[in-house]
Amino acid sequence: MGLENLLAEALPEVLTTRLDSLVNWARKSSLWPATFGLACCAIEMMNATSARNDLARFGSEVFRASPRQADVMIVSGRVSRKMAPVLRRIYDQMPEPKWVISMGACATSGGVFDNYAIVQGVDKVVPVDVYIPGCPPRPEMLIHAVMMLQDKVMKESLRDRRDVPAGEAIEAVPPGTLPATGVSATNEAAAQEQPSRPYTIASRHERRRSY
Amino acid sequence: MDNEREKEIAATSRAAKSYPLPPVELVSALQKEESGWVLEVIQAFGELTLVVPREHIAALCSHLKAAPGFEFDLLADITGADRGPEEEPRFEVNYHLFSTKRFHRVRLKVLLDQEDVHVQTVTGVWRTANWHERETFDLFGVVFDGHPDLRRILLPDDWQGHALRKDFPLRGYEPYSLT
Repeated sequence: MGLENLLAEALPEVLTTRLDSLVNWARKSSLWPATFGLACCAIEMMNATSARNDLARFGSEVFRASPRQADVMIVSGRVSRKMAPVLRRIYDQMPEPKWVISMGACATSGGVFDNYAIVQGVDKVVPVDVYIPGCPPRPEMLIHAVMMLQDKVMKESLRDRRDVPAGEAIEAVPPGTLPATGVSATNEAAAQEQPSRPYTIASRHERRRSY
Repeated sequence: MDNEREKEIAATSRAAKSYPLPPVELVSALQKEESGWVLEVIQAFGELTLVVPREHIAALCSHLKAAPGFEFDLLADITGADRGPEEEPRFEVNYHLFSTKRFHRVRLKVLLDQEDVHVQTVTGVWRTANWHERETFDLFGVVFDGHPDLRRILLPDDWQGHALRKDFPLRGYEPYSLT
């Protein structure tokens, strides 16, 4: 038709922006969540995929059992301190690009559980893109959050998300069981010797935020 | 339902009614066996509680499980309690026993001072005591001597302090963050 030639001559930089929007459109249209239900909010999350609410209209109905195949982690419920490293590990196992939705009052701020056992907001463990209030939020609110996330995805650029450099990939903690410390009543000295180390390196997602 | 089965059920329920040992007989039988086993007998709300000196708890439990007439073959629960830092003795450990053969229940109570929170394990008597004692250690800091694997069970391994003690702050010692 010759239209491509005309465009390329008139606007030589237009191709880059179009690639962005093409890729973002593909990403936002299939935001697959990781199956990760923590508490009563998970019931509403399941209901969001049901026939009545039909999250599939927005391409987000395929809850993957493996974090390797997931794009979004919906943190649905209160995160206990013992669950926090597990949650972080699942987040680390998700490939870039990845997003997090904090669903409900407990995941967002600890909710009514203002005590030693519950992490006061999941953003202390993983970076959060969309927060949903409510106890629990209705499925419509979750769908709204997915749509807000889609808007956010459309504003991103390919330059924001590059592959992990080789050096980081070597440093990364291999998946497996959580580190066993072997602390017991009889060897409390072991607890003192164990250096506290972060569970993982910061992801690119987080480092981009700290600019 | 056929006749034989009805008779069988009637016989079982008759036997069950006569089976639970009256508390007075249970206590007197124990004191006949070893006078130091029971410090105090508390009867309230139809429940029997025996306060036991801590050096005798393992021997008493193995006797209660094995001796004919008692047969407490089910350890329903082990739990701790903190009466508060100002109380002396401060801690108590409660054992809830039940007999599936004779349908009677008893609660054993061991009182512990704050300075010396040690008690013998009963994992050799009931294997289910293993995790119950780990929980009591985890949340109250009661050390069960002779326990095969006394680690934390509910809280993370690197936790500081014991969460259900009265002097533990409700929000923990420091805010939690991985970043």
